[in-house]
Amino acid sequence: MEESKKITIETKKISAYYGDKKVLHDIDLQMLENSVTAFIGPSGCGKSTFLRLINRMNDYIDIFRKEGDVFINGEDIYKKKVRIEELRKQVGMVFQKPNPFPKSIYENVIYGLRIQGMNNKNMLNEIVEKTLKQAALWDEVKDDLKKSALGLSGGQQQRLCIARTLAVSPSIILMDEPASALDPISTAKIEELIYNLKKEYTIVIVTHNMHQAGRVSDKTAFFLSGELVEYDDTNTIFTSPKDERTENYITGKFG
Amino acid sequence: MTNLQKELKVLKESVLEMLKLVLKQLDKASEAFLNMDDALAEEIIHTEKRVNAMELTIDKQCENVFALFNPVASDLRFTISMLKMNSDIERIGDYADGIADYVVALNGPIDAKAVKDARLAEMFEIAYHMLDVVIVSFESDNAVLPRQVFKKDKQLNEINKASSTLIEKMVLDDTQKTREALYLFSTIKKVERIGDHIKNIAEDWIFYMDGEVLKHRKKVPKSTD
Ligand SMILES: Nc1ncnc2c1ncn2[C@@H]1O[C@H](COP(=O)(O)OP(=O)(O)OP(=O)(O)O)[C@@H](O)[C@H]1O
Ligand SMILES: [Mg+2]
Repeated sequence: MEESKKITIETKKISAYYGDKKVLHDIDLQMLENSVTAFIGPSGCGKSTFLRLINRMNDYIDIFRKEGDVFINGEDIYKKKVRIEELRKQVGMVFQKPNPFPKSIYENVIYGLRIQGMNNKNMLNEIVEKTLKQAALWDEVKDDLKKSALGLSGGQQQRLCIARTLAVSPSIILMDEPASALDPISTAKIEELIYNLKKEYTIVIVTHNMHQAGRVSDKTAFFLSGELVEYDDTNTIFTSPKDERTENYITGKFG
Repeated sequence: MTNLQKELKVLKESVLEMLKLVLKQLDKASEAFLNMDDALAEEIIHTEKRVNAMELTIDKQCENVFALFNPVASDLRFTISMLKMNSDIERIGDYADGIADYVVALNGPIDAKAVKDARLAEMFEIAYHMLDVVIVSFESDNAVLPRQVFKKDKQLNEINKASSTLIEKMVLDDTQKTREALYLFSTIKKVERIGDHIKNIAEDWIFYMDGEVLKHRKKVPKSTD
């Protein structure tokens, strides 16, 4: 059943460099539709770099260079004619630290839509309610939509950023340690949210919390020093990993 | 060594201690029944309390490891296998205790020829050997050695199967011997069950070592990819 899921994101022999330093080595990886794929691995192994390859965020780094290809729904996203704005609409990203704008909650959610030039008040209202509900924040803020987003707690801010990402209706959501700065209750909410979102989206999440990877993801990829060591069903990785390096990493035994 | 590794080491030592204690219980049960030794039987019954207490301690240790350390991969398999082994070891202790109860209840000699024909001494020996192999595998982190017990368990099953006709004959030949026959028959059944539990322990140990599930293998064939 699982295997019949469609491949949404596929990388072919992707390598990445910062200047002369090669930080990713020939990575082939397929990420499936309506699935959560988790990236785990020690600090500096290249998880964020790999994630940012999927929405071309690395393009802004002068010394960055890549080899190999990234396909989304079969299309090479690094082809000349691909428009970055279109790509960003399709691929949303949530960061480690919630980064709301110093505006109202309402304006934060529709930020991307405003940029796209959408002004229809009714439609905007509808989208705000829908996405805040999806992000499990609606009940907490529905009476304070005009208040500043900066007055929200960290966990609420993060859910707001997720709502903001959802508002432009992407099909893929990338998350780089989205819950690492949150308390257990906010973390549980984000995790539940991720679980629910996968029905409609393809989700890729970087996490340092091993058990979070276990709780939210269907597939797990373990990276080490820029290499993809093991990629498998999450339950296989956490019960019987095949590579000793994976075993040592997830059990906390090194060397 | 991480805190979890220390915790798992302590857990393994507890399980090993219990295994060795139960092996002794089994050995004594064999002697007590074959010699109808009341005093030895009482000793087994007394020690059974310690076995039960150990089971509770190990349960608690496993619970703590799950709750506090969230083990994964081989650590997870290890803790699961200790938890399962724990209950099988306890059951073996129960059976040894049950056999001791028979010795006390029978309170007298038992037909030596019938015991010999039923091959009870041999059964006890096989069971003892099986448990001993498991303990050695456990101590030396060996996943190959415990496979021996599967064949031994089959031997126990065969002896057990053959025993019913013998017991039936014993009763038909001399109805005076019915009580003895029943106790003998029940003891044979218990040793056979002990073999099953040792087999479970071996399977759990191999599951941990190899990450492979042996149980129900016939029902769920492993895909060959
Ligand atoms: N902008 C940059 N300029 C130069 N080197 C960089 C840059 N960003 C990342 N690197 C290097 O690339 C390698 C991979 O970094 P990356 O941030 O992808 O790792 P990571 O797995 O996400 O680590 P962490 O878990 O700490 O976030 C590291 O050696 C890092 O020092
Ligand atoms: Mg990172």
